[in-house]
Amino acid sequence: MRATAPAPTVDRSGPSVPDPLYLAAGLAVAVAVTVATRAIPFAVADALRGSALLADLARWMPLGVVVILVVYCLAQIDLGDVSGATARLLGVGVTVGMHLWRRNGALSILAGSITCVALLNL
Amino acid sequence: MLLDQAPTTPRRRPAAGAASGLATAAAEAAPVWIGVGAIGVGLGVLSVGSGFPWWFSPLVSLVLFAGSAEFLLIGMWAVGAPLVAVGTTTFMVNARHLFYGLSFPLRHVRGRLGRAYSVFALTDEAYAMLGTKEARELSSGRILWTQAGTHLSWVGGSLVGSLLGASLLRGVQGLDFVLTALFIVLALDAFKAGPDRVGLVVAVAAGTAALVLFPGAMMLVAMVAFGAAMVVRHHAGHRARPDRRPLGAVGA
Repeated sequence: MRATAPAPTVDRSGPSVPDPLYLAAGLAVAVAVTVATRAIPFAVADALRGSALLADLARWMPLGVVVILVVYCLAQIDLGDVSGATARLLGVGVTVGMHLWRRNGALSILAGSITCVALLNL
Repeated sequence: MLLDQAPTTPRRRPAAGAASGLATAAAEAAPVWIGVGAIGVGLGVLSVGSGFPWWFSPLVSLVLFAGSAEFLLIGMWAVGAPLVAVGTTTFMVNARHLFYGLSFPLRHVRGRLGRAYSVFALTDEAYAMLGTKEARELSSGRILWTQAGTHLSWVGGSLVGSLLGASLLRGVQGLDFVLTALFIVLALDAFKAGPDRVGLVVAVAAGTAALVLFPGAMMLVAMVAFGAAMVVRHHAGHRARPDRRPLGAVGA
């Protein structure tokens, strides 16, 4: 990692950047924590290997996780912004409709996204 | 799915070439890569706007690769937040990953280096695209290319956003919708593969309750609640119907 970051010479209107040592340490902390949250469950899964509980979790978790991700995304829609919300909800409708019709993931994602992006940028 | 869990699968499918892994990965993931790249542009714009040099957000995206955490951390680093706060926030935002490794199909990835990268790059998108697949649909190449393509798009988007800066803010709106569409498609596919009504209802309930009660930590609370409910479901099911194999069970 580069320890000698050039000091910002151009002073924009933005705030000045903290010193490189702090940033390196801050980044290292964030990376360590993130890698730990991603790696630890594999150790847990190893310990539980062959258990009926792990088999049940492996069967039930994927659907639950993506459903929660959908709920999260839908909750981000700002209903106060009527045209924005309309575009996104129509995008959701097109995505679902196209997927139930053709069952082609890439096609459904493209159709829904194009609908949403087109309406938002009209 | 149970077949997935067999600890050792002695016969491996003939190794698909790297190129075919890329083609399979791209066939599903290309729209996601575009969306992730677009969100990365937003990160780059934010980073430069916060006073960081152009190379900072691409570097963070390369070594951290954690979308929502990066958006928060850029703001925290810019004001010199204490390292303890940096660590705590990162943990709260990324703790949902604690559930992904329990069922991520890492056993299909060949080589120590490949497996290490796969764990490092285990994002929401990677879990959503790969954790929901049947074993026969997965190859080492497909898994690694799906993750590497997402990673590359994220770094590339950050770089573009950093270099072009705010002029892109007036660009195309709504590209982040790609991720909403992705999760919808994957939820429909996962339900079709194993129509688990109980799981669906519990997940929607956990998500909705978490939104109302803990809007600031919705994902984490919802995942914990859902995971806990599934542990209870497992124990309840075993007491009540010890020999019942739920939907979609192939083996055992």
